[in-house]
Amino acid sequence: MTKSIRTPLGAVRGLGSAKAGAHHFITQRVSAIALLFLVPWFLISLIGAVRGGYDGAIAWIGQPLNAILLVVTVGAALYHMRIGMQVVIEDYIGRTSTKAVLLILNTFVSVLLFAAAAFAVLKIAG
Amino acid sequence: MTGWTDKRPMSPHVQVWRWHVTMLGSILHRATGSALYAGAFLVTAWLFAAASGPELYGQFEMLAGTIVGQVVLFGFTIAALYHALNGFRHLVWDAGHGFTPALASFVSWLVIFVAVIGAVAAWLLLGLVPGVDMSTLLTTVTGG
Repeated sequence: MTKSIRTPLGAVRGLGSAKAGAHHFITQRVSAIALLFLVPWFLISLIGAVRGGYDGAIAWIGQPLNAILLVVTVGAALYHMRIGMQVVIEDYIGRTSTKAVLLILNTFVSVLLFAAAAFAVLKIAG
Repeated sequence: MTGWTDKRPMSPHVQVWRWHVTMLGSILHRATGSALYAGAFLVTAWLFAAASGPELYGQFEMLAGTIVGQVVLFGFTIAALYHALNGFRHLVWDAGHGFTPALASFVSWLVIFVAVIGAVAAWLLLGLVPGVDMSTLLTTVTGG
């Protein structure tokens, strides 16, 4: 009989794996791969866009393909950022209550930033 | 540490380890990642200023043009470049490559070097440094 790696507590509960152990790891990597393509595009186009002042910026954001990619870039970046900061908070904040508050705040900030950025892009491109 | 309520044993912390460049590389990855958190506010503020109209956009441009603004934007460039390069390296690690000590140390130095030199070169070549116009060099190099 093979030796089980299951803990006694796990055996008593008998629930099995939650099937989510690698979820955080994988989503961090998938968003990273997306950003390796999106961020160079964003930064290089951005430099061209801001050279033209307000009109240049509006014209660039207003192009449909740019607007779509902008929302995707901001979305992937904020998602990656949120789960990255989650690990930093979990690693360095020991007090459970402070940790919980910061984790909630991290989610709120990320979602708010995404809503503001997406609204701005859609207002210009819409 | 005061306020630490978790009674379980903790893993050794930074002061226990001998300094090594791979350690610096890891710390910088977290530091630049955290800095880019602030950078996300900047990008959102830029988009929001553009959506609000020429007046607010002009104020954003003015702030970005100050010395402090330029230092922040240059820091943003280095942080983005470092985090992207070292992030790519993490993906290579995930695939199971690049773990021999000599190679890992070399790549740690390389990533730091390329991030700093790359950011300086990008600002010079794209004509972002006030008073320095190297954009003619860029058009010569790219042939456009």
